[in-house]
Amino acid sequence: MTPTPAPKDAWSGKRVSLAHGAGGRAMRELVAGLIAPAFDNGWLAPLEDQARFPYSEIPVGASLAFTTDSYVVSPLEFPGGDIGTLAVCGTVNDLAVGGAIPRWLSCGLILEEGLPFDTLRKVLHSMARSAREAGVAIVTGDTKVVERGAADGLFINTAGIGTIAAGRQTGAREVRPGDRLIINGTLGDHGVAVLAARNDMALQIPVQSDCAPLNGLIEAMFAAAPRLRWLRDCTRGGLATVANEFAAESRMPLRLEESALPVADAVRGACEMLGLDPLYLANEGKLAALVAPQDCDAVLAAMRSHPLGRRAAVVGEVLAHGHPGLVTLRSAFGGERVVDLLHGDQLPRIC
Amino acid sequence: MKYVDEFRDPLAARALLREIAGATERLGASAERPLQIMEVCGGHTHSIFRYALKDLIPPALEFVHGPGCPVCVLPMGRVDDCVAIANEPGVIFTTFGDAMRVPGSKGSLLQARADGADVRMVYSPLDALEIAAANPSRDVVFFALGFETTMPSTAMTVLEAKRRGITNFSLFCNHITIVPTIKAILDSPGMTIDGFLGPGHVAMVSGTAPFEFIAGEYGRPLVISGFEPTDILQSLLMVLRQLEQGRAAVENQYARLVDPAGNAAGLDAITEVFELREFFEWRGLGSIDHSGVRVREAYAAYDAERRFSVPGARIADPKSCQCGEVLKGAIKPPQCKVFGTACTPQTPLGALMVSSEGACAAYYQFARREPVIPIAVVA
Repeated sequence: MTPTPAPKDAWSGKRVSLAHGAGGRAMRELVAGLIAPAFDNGWLAPLEDQARFPYSEIPVGASLAFTTDSYVVSPLEFPGGDIGTLAVCGTVNDLAVGGAIPRWLSCGLILEEGLPFDTLRKVLHSMARSAREAGVAIVTGDTKVVERGAADGLFINTAGIGTIAAGRQTGAREVRPGDRLIINGTLGDHGVAVLAARNDMALQIPVQSDCAPLNGLIEAMFAAAPRLRWLRDCTRGGLATVANEFAAESRMPLRLEESALPVADAVRGACEMLGLDPLYLANEGKLAALVAPQDCDAVLAAMRSHPLGRRAAVVGEVLAHGHPGLVTLRSAFGGERVVDLLHGDQLPRIC
Repeated sequence: MKYVDEFRDPLAARALLREIAGATERLGASAERPLQIMEVCGGHTHSIFRYALKDLIPPALEFVHGPGCPVCVLPMGRVDDCVAIANEPGVIFTTFGDAMRVPGSKGSLLQARADGADVRMVYSPLDALEIAAANPSRDVVFFALGFETTMPSTAMTVLEAKRRGITNFSLFCNHITIVPTIKAILDSPGMTIDGFLGPGHVAMVSGTAPFEFIAGEYGRPLVISGFEPTDILQSLLMVLRQLEQGRAAVENQYARLVDPAGNAAGLDAITEVFELREFFEWRGLGSIDHSGVRVREAYAAYDAERRFSVPGARIADPKSCQCGEVLKGAIKPPQCKVFGTACTPQTPLGALMVSSEGACAAYYQFARREPVIPIAVVA
């Protein structure tokens, strides 16, 4: 992320007060003076209570996709992004993995009294930049302020609407034994970047969050293979969790190949030291796709020629025989172990 | 990654596995009466499952998972004491992450935090000391646990607190020592273990001398082992070689880290700050003489047990739990009556199901298999 220079304006050095959420003049100044200009677009500009779109915006025969997600990351900024980049990329990716072209986002802000406006401005600019990258518009929103202590600086909710072209169908039901599992790059970058950015750890790890909008990459994959079988973004809980979700929905066995899993050296190092497993670490710019064997090469080639898919790799396979709903991992030695869901977060080992 | 991948080299592993298979056959072991090798340390148990080593060794060889997971052997009464201290007004209770989910009789530290206690996860006792320095009006307590591996860092933190004049920092000391427990296992009736993989990180501090009695008095080979998969396989082979040659000795496979004399500075700090308790309660194993340490009188100001009134109640393990038999290697986790039914990682009854190094959690997470059902292939 390129650092946003902090412009000197009426907001510099000041902090959010309860008045900014009270619906009166202070709030109007905040919305019209800071928030709306950051997202500047024709749908938002009238500042009505809702954004309005003509039907002609939706391609003939397309379906609509609709999703929502809330963002509560601590710290608000981390190497490679901040809560604003997450709030746009996360919702864009949730739409895109359904085969949708993301179009419009809402932005609900919950601000804690005392939040510096400089932080808020930076986050809004990150949202605007990610929205431009993803080709979406932030078209409606809401702002609330809660008392000091009632939130952790800033929470964001975004909802998103996208359009799915006629004929596109992905889902666990489409998958067949023999389908290959592909991911678009290294695992665990976001999880380790956020862990390292928390100031309770005296660890410096040269890792950036992978936070990125994946819709461009996904469109390139659909162009290479219109019959992509299944797509999911590997966020909280990592690839292991997504693989288990697939296995549970499809009642098919899925086997991962340990030696094929791409993990950055710095992430591996942090995992070794802290006793964490990169398979379970969060990502914010990684997807898992199941594709038919005959489409595999074309999809891989398309991914590798996209900036967000340079390290794309086949990391597993849906098995024809095995334990239904079970995810296993074949180690480099040939041994096999179960990759289960974790109950909660990974907790670092004592020694 | 350098210094890691070399020890996970599949070719090296395959060569070791061939030699292990040969030695096992020459020793005349069978799947019905397998050779039993106990890995004492929970870190070894974790590696054995993570790399599926159990499936790669001959069926005539069996890993018996030992008591070396400090979180697992913590009795419920001590967790209750933690929760009681954490609930004292003004206390910030700091702990390693692993210990947060261990169940006490009235819940875990994770639940205590949800109920309003200020419980914070740290990665080192020095982090806890920094929290104390930054919050002079609060009482910061560090939940000190672990074997000799973590004792030096705790002891040095106490010395550092004294040096810096930080007075709002104390330890709830649950450090334990592995040697009396290995002896208790060797003395237990019906003990059938043929050899040991010794704990590498403990030996790094303690040196090899404390383990000599296992070979000398009990005639069992012990090889101090590293934690990478080829470390474990090589150590296993070294144990088998001793058995083949009809001898028993303490050998050091982990020579890249373990000095036979141990770590003098670490041992000095331990001796300065801690003294042996007469006995300490272990979950599943009961009270074992001289198996725990406490803070010496000279450092009483840093001892949470003296600063706070802890209930100190002895809570019996749930009757259905067979943690003790698993810890002694008498049964495998899936043979326990409640494994995978009443006791799962979601609702652990015994601590072996809680820690990622616990034998039961490792079995559940890495080796559990559902019954095979033919898969309906949708055309």
